[in-house]
Amino acid sequence: MTMMTIVQAINSALKYEMEQDDRVLLLGEDIGKNGGVFRATDGLFEQFGEKRVVDTPIAESAIIGAAVGLAARGLRPVAEIQFLGFIYEAMDQMAAQASRLRFRSGGTQTAPMVVRAPYGGGIRTPELHSDSLEAIFLHSPGLKIIMPSSAYDAKGLLAAAMRDPDPVLFLEPMKLYRAFQEEVPEEDYTIEIGRANVLRQGEDLTIIVWGPPVHMVKATAEKWAAEHQTSIEVIDLRTVAPIDIETITASVEKTGRAIIVHEAVKTGGVGAEIAAILSEKALYSLSAPILRVAGFDTPYPTAQVELDWLPNEKRLNEAIKTVLEDT
Amino acid sequence: MWMDQSQLDFQKVTYIDEQGKALKEEMPVEEAELVSMYEWMVRARVFDQRAVKLQRQGRIGTYAPLQGQEAAQIGSAFAMRENDWVYPSYREIGVSMVRGVPMSQFLLYAMGHLKGLAQEQANVFPVQIIIGAQFLHAVGGAWASQYKGEESVSVAYIGDGGTSEGDFHEALNFAGVYKLPIIFFVQNNQWAISVPVSKQTASRTIAQKALAYGITGVRVDGNDAVAVYTVMKEAIAKAQAGEPVLIEAETFRQGPHTTADDPTKYRMADDEKTWTAKDPLVRLKTYLTEQRIWDEEKDRALYEQADAEVSEAFQAASSAPASELKDVFEHVYETKTAQLSEQQAQVEEASRQ
Repeated sequence: MTMMTIVQAINSALKYEMEQDDRVLLLGEDIGKNGGVFRATDGLFEQFGEKRVVDTPIAESAIIGAAVGLAARGLRPVAEIQFLGFIYEAMDQMAAQASRLRFRSGGTQTAPMVVRAPYGGGIRTPELHSDSLEAIFLHSPGLKIIMPSSAYDAKGLLAAAMRDPDPVLFLEPMKLYRAFQEEVPEEDYTIEIGRANVLRQGEDLTIIVWGPPVHMVKATAEKWAAEHQTSIEVIDLRTVAPIDIETITASVEKTGRAIIVHEAVKTGGVGAEIAAILSEKALYSLSAPILRVAGFDTPYPTAQVELDWLPNEKRLNEAIKTVLEDT
Repeated sequence: MWMDQSQLDFQKVTYIDEQGKALKEEMPVEEAELVSMYEWMVRARVFDQRAVKLQRQGRIGTYAPLQGQEAAQIGSAFAMRENDWVYPSYREIGVSMVRGVPMSQFLLYAMGHLKGLAQEQANVFPVQIIIGAQFLHAVGGAWASQYKGEESVSVAYIGDGGTSEGDFHEALNFAGVYKLPIIFFVQNNQWAISVPVSKQTASRTIAQKALAYGITGVRVDGNDAVAVYTVMKEAIAKAQAGEPVLIEAETFRQGPHTTADDPTKYRMADDEKTWTAKDPLVRLKTYLTEQRIWDEEKDRALYEQADAEVSEAFQAASSAPASELKDVFEHVYETKTAQLSEQQAQVEEASRQ
């Protein structure tokens, strides 16, 4: 065990995989000598050289499209998109090409590749650096989407992603990159893609969350336990595609109440899909409406209002009060 | 120093002119190879015309004919080596046939069979519908060859319309930066559905676009199979040595964009006539006949043979078992997600009721 931040855990997973498997190569903007704008690939250029850590021209579609071609011909590319908000430039290559290759070739061609991208708000970035766009990709069959919130999960899930036979979008919470350190095994391990993590057991209410707000939700749940003897179950979804239906359904069947928290805009968000799943699978266990605490239905705002715009403790408390009262 | 495109002069490479006369003393292609190319061009033509008829009869779905582009397609495919890879659009039926994709496969695809998607034969990437997307896959493919030290060139096909796409330009740029073993083969067939090439680009030639990316460009008579073959051979050698090549093959789409399109709405019959006179099959046949390598009798036999092959392919495709909804879940992921398994079970359950 060693203490690592999320960005160190990501670096460690990349390094290990590159040492083990020479089919793995990294491509992206400023990932070479610079080690990435967040230093996620720090030291890898020095260790593995320019053949395996490749600085690309500024062309997101080409980064993803080339990765599809590399993967289909037997390599294991890990592409970095500098900020998730820039991925619109590569929408076709993500949604129509990488995701569909297995299907559109009747299973004869595959794209085992990882696309890494930082995202998430609260750090006063310029426009289109903070947007949470997971819902757009949830609508692309063939793709997996991972959104870890801890260093341990980041390392184990990235290792799993790099060994997965299908394309994976691996979203890295920018605000949490260096927010804390935790114990992470130095040796190799993986975490199963598609498994949520019950962070906190509870009886009265289930909160389903992923990515940056996980920590706020967990702290809020602890406050409710201490101050109101309310027992809140907190589930870190970790994987947005596929969604771990079993875990969330079992939890809501037990607690009878559900709140979903995400940074992405509310309408058409992954929260809507989860609410639909819970209505299909656990409606008769519910004793209150399912609520969502999410970003508002606006473009991601400017720095002066972002903390109020993002799901926060105040809005979560309101939602918790509402579902607990509504019996 | 100021510079403009009037200073760029991409001469068109031609070996056999429109009257079927050799323009150069030396013929760079062996007789047997010439005959074989002609045979494939006829096969492609016969298949193509039948496919259009089958669509009109409602036996297959939408089809994108290649008529008029046989020299560009067969000539370029003939120059490839076994390990080379093709990244086609949706019109490269001729190329794919030469590379080993059976005729029945194209029919299964046009009939909407799930199996029609499974084109496992012969180093040909799946048919690409999105204009230009395959260019970047070819970049990745060529990059993989370079990475692994394979002797293999990746060949990406596109039309004149596709050269306006961002992916086209990103691909040429990447190829130049990484010196990839890649050939970008543009069939300039003059029309992108209804838009003529003059409204697609202000460049005098498409070949000259190579220069902006630091790669090599060449312009070839795309209705001259010998010229295409020869240029392609040279391009493969260059690409293999780390010099990416953009080939502009000037040709003409004699038919509609697809069977769903009606070119009488946007182009003149005269234009079509002019180009029909430059037909690639006629040109090569005239040359072969004048060389006494070919005659009418051989030609008739060839057309009959090709007809029989197409009929056989159609029989095979027609007798393939119909695709079923329950099979649609099979190739989304390597292992089905819980959601997919649940949906598949629902479909199976519903079909039992």
